[in-house]
Amino acid sequence: MIISIASGKGGTGKTTVAANLALSINGAVQVLDCDVEEPDLHLFMKPVLKRKSTATVPIPEVDESKCTYCGKCQRVCAYNAIAVLPKTDDRSGSVLIFPHLCHSCGACSLLCPENAIIEIDKGIGVIELGDCGDIQFVHGVLNIGEVMSPSLIRQVKAHINPARTAIIDCPPGTSCPVIAAVQESDFCILVTEPTPFGLNDLVLAVEVLNKMEIPHGVVINRSDIGNDEVDHYCKENNIPILMRIPFDREIASMYSVGTPMVRQKKEYIGKFQDMFDIIRVGWLEGKVK
Amino acid sequence: MKQIAIISGKGGTGKTVLTASFAFLAKNKVMVDCDVDAADLHLLLHPVIKESHEFSGGVTARIDPEICVQCGKCIEVCRFDAISDDFVVDPISCEGCKLCSYMCHFEAINMEDNRSGDWFVSDTKYGTLVHAKLGIAEENSGKLVTKVRQVAKEIAEKENQDYIIIDGPPGIGCPVIASLTDVNTAIIVTEPTVSGVHDMQRVLEIASYFKVDTKVVINKYDLNVDKSEEIKLICKEQDIEVAGMVPFSREVSESIVNAQPIVEYTNSDVSKEIISIWQKVCCN
Repeated sequence: MIISIASGKGGTGKTTVAANLALSINGAVQVLDCDVEEPDLHLFMKPVLKRKSTATVPIPEVDESKCTYCGKCQRVCAYNAIAVLPKTDDRSGSVLIFPHLCHSCGACSLLCPENAIIEIDKGIGVIELGDCGDIQFVHGVLNIGEVMSPSLIRQVKAHINPARTAIIDCPPGTSCPVIAAVQESDFCILVTEPTPFGLNDLVLAVEVLNKMEIPHGVVINRSDIGNDEVDHYCKENNIPILMRIPFDREIASMYSVGTPMVRQKKEYIGKFQDMFDIIRVGWLEGKVK
Repeated sequence: MKQIAIISGKGGTGKTVLTASFAFLAKNKVMVDCDVDAADLHLLLHPVIKESHEFSGGVTARIDPEICVQCGKCIEVCRFDAISDDFVVDPISCEGCKLCSYMCHFEAINMEDNRSGDWFVSDTKYGTLVHAKLGIAEENSGKLVTKVRQVAKEIAEKENQDYIIIDGPPGIGCPVIASLTDVNTAIIVTEPTVSGVHDMQRVLEIASYFKVDTKVVINKYDLNVDKSEEIKLICKEQDIEVAGMVPFSREVSESIVNAQPIVEYTNSDVSKEIISIWQKVCCN
């Protein structure tokens, strides 16, 4: 089973829930940090990293000995990632490639009439694998200045171990990186806080999950700071509230140094186990919604 | 005219609370919410929409089942796994590259404009706000960010404003880069936690990559004083000014529930510190 942890609003406690859930439940578990722009899960899981690989995407490279500067590649590129300067009487032609705009669709190389474009690998980040005790750990780290986070997220997810319960820590927001991270999840836990910001972004995240037909439930973090609008919304829309975590300076202080709360507040182990059981039973029955 | 972007790397550190306070404190400015996929600034500034525009950021393939002979060429060439075995395009996975339509021998694939969101120009009691709403499960948030920034700049130039104040998205990816291009000052809001420190360092790298003048604000600094010292040390080593340290207070959540910028809601220690931060930001 694949469980993703998302939120809409940032800083609501996705990583907290991912780490504590992974540490609380029994059975074979794998955690994957798909917040590749700002991966933090390792700060809490403290894995022993064992393997590291470079994540790449294909980008075009032009063999100018074959290129006739016809401009076809520029015309077919939907992302303005190629510019062709035609040959004139007083200058030779040239092709400019803007790797940051390239989506690696392959159109230019496939459609070049002269077969003058090959694809080369460009590094966009790294993927690291390791273990935290019995828990398998995977994360992706996007290179600074790189924009293709969804590609890296998909490459991190290629390491999902189907023999284990996979817990995916997602990025904040509701756009492409989040979609790449939650796609194909069996269940998504949305972590929110009971403020107008939390509610606004929760509603957006729920709309995305409804469109993607992914079953979901809500964890309300810092549940005693704010108002009860999130409760009302969940009730009206039949979204299960899976867990509430009240604000607690002790938890905040443990978080600040990278200690998952279940390490010291043992009463939460049972709460995370109960949440997992609800999700698992619903998944088995195919009824969770 | 000065463009000031409030960013953070890590989400939920207090970007919007700070931006809304700047909206209250600054004179002669235009505000922009660049967190287009989870915009919250409107919840504090109460915009009255003056103009609303559709934003089409790209195209999506659509296969005409009447023409399609199910030869499979499109599935073979699509690198985004966006076409199902029964020849239906998943609009969420389709990245609009058009390759399938070029490769289809039967011209069965059309590329259709994708309404990827809406953008708005609004009045607020603090001044003009340019904001947007990305469509559900749509892409192109970077392009939409560029659009709202361009509109805000045109308005600011026309009205001869002194500041454009930008509420940025979290992360370091495409919409953050679009939010940082050509800004004069980036304010990085962080918090004294392991993740706050880690994410700040990555966002500092991106700001330096784009050669943007940067200042740091430590929010909820008293939740871990040691970590706050660590942040100050990192900033000192990189010659980056810590423009302020805001204490933790439940009043911040109360001000959000009350739908007001914190500096308008109360004149507590939090507000005093934010006022002092604004003085440092606006005056150099």
